[in-house]
Amino acid sequence: METVYILWLRELKRYTRSRVQIITSLGQPVLYLVALGFGLGPVFQRAGNGSYLQFIAPGVIAMSVLFMCIFSGISILWDRQFGFLKETLVAPVSRMQIMVGRTLGAATVAMTQGLLVFVVCLIIGFRPHSWAALPQAAVFVALVAINFAALGTAFGSIIKDMQGFPLVMNFVAMPMFFLSGALFPLWGLPKALAVVTHIDPLSYGIDGLRGALTGAWYFSFTHDFAVLVLVAAGFLLLGSYFFSKIQM
Amino acid sequence: MIRVENLVRTFGEFTAVNNISFEVQQGEIFAFLGPNGAGKTTTIKMLTTLLQPTAGRIELDGLDPAKQQKDARKRFGIVFQDPSLDSEQTAYENMELHGILYHVPRKLRAERIERLLKQFELWDRRDDFVKQFSGGMKRRLEIARGLLHTPKILFLDEPTLGLDPQSRNQLWTHVKKMNETEKTTVFLTTHYMDEADRVAHRIAIIDHGRIIAQGTAADLKESTGTESLEGAFLALTGESIRDESASSVDAMRNVAKMLGR
Repeated sequence: METVYILWLRELKRYTRSRVQIITSLGQPVLYLVALGFGLGPVFQRAGNGSYLQFIAPGVIAMSVLFMCIFSGISILWDRQFGFLKETLVAPVSRMQIMVGRTLGAATVAMTQGLLVFVVCLIIGFRPHSWAALPQAAVFVALVAINFAALGTAFGSIIKDMQGFPLVMNFVAMPMFFLSGALFPLWGLPKALAVVTHIDPLSYGIDGLRGALTGAWYFSFTHDFAVLVLVAAGFLLLGSYFFSKIQM
Repeated sequence: MIRVENLVRTFGEFTAVNNISFEVQQGEIFAFLGPNGAGKTTTIKMLTTLLQPTAGRIELDGLDPAKQQKDARKRFGIVFQDPSLDSEQTAYENMELHGILYHVPRKLRAERIERLLKQFELWDRRDDFVKQFSGGMKRRLEIARGLLHTPKILFLDEPTLGLDPQSRNQLWTHVKKMNETEKTTVFLTTHYMDEADRVAHRIAIIDHGRIIAQGTAADLKESTGTESLEGAFLALTGESIRDESASSVDAMRNVAKMLGR
């Protein structure tokens, strides 16, 4: 238990100690919120869908959680490069404990990041339909964080060098974000796109978060929750499997 | 303390370690020497459970590291060829983390960390980030960390690589002292023959994955009719440069990894 805790704490320390990185990591969400939120706002409004900023904010929060998770997962690569990974792998603790500690740490960091972006959203003008729904929103942020932290661990364990990182970013993280309904409503999509969005687990995270924050659900609370829990279990298994297979 | 019998490790077609056997007694300082790519690091990785042997038997303090991984791991400390510290944490935090990973109880942990950091002259810098440390300080910290859980065996894989003579000297003084006072068994590899000559009780020379000579420094010099250990080493392993074979090992390993071996 202490092992899990100390590795969790390490992830947290790493995050809180890089203040510059925290500030710069808010740049991208702000850009999405301002450029898309306000830029596409009038068109969205005219189409009769209400405020685009209200619509896009949950998507942007989920996006920053997703990216943070992938970054943290990839930090396994850094630890491999700088040797620290070996220190944990020769220790008399199970790989499972190491993996759980790291993954929970990554998830916690990503949730903190999500919270920061939520505050940014509030500053820019986003308003949740009810403050009482915040705990429900937190549940979905946590689920998204655990899902993708586990997936990040899986990728961090498979990839052997830094060249693999853009691969994961461009072929996994970005498509997951763009095909998730973060930026557009899931109603009335072309068949093929509709299928893809239904496969993308992030869609359910974003729908849950959006539902909680704005009251507009595409699926439903139970549906989103169930899918995310199931997928998280799968990703956790995948992550611990690949992590257990690391050989130096 | 360490017993190795007919140990083999292959990477695809390439045989990195080819049927080696040796024994290290308790309290002994044993040097494992060889040119680049001879199989030293691969052997250490197998001894320290990081790599599974293809064939052969290993016994660490009576335990099989392949089967009793956790128990075996508690018994040894290791300083890797390349650094393995967390540079984003302080010296103290690195020690603390290690102590927790090795289940050293809290009170004992604090005591030992203080003693070791003082012994390795790092106590004043305990709250500085490791990234601000010099090469020598990092090495000292790694050795201090490796000793935190009072291992019976200490593995040192080229611990003095890239250190200045002062740091090297100091490091070996520490290692010798610890070997004498705590009877810790030391298994080391190095490219500096004078170090092995000075520190090691017994030496094995490995080349192309095979042990080609074993004995005390004096034995090796005598059997090759040379004046120094370096002379003996060159007489045994030849004068050709091995960078090629080292990189081919790496290349083979990469191919093997890509194929998922």
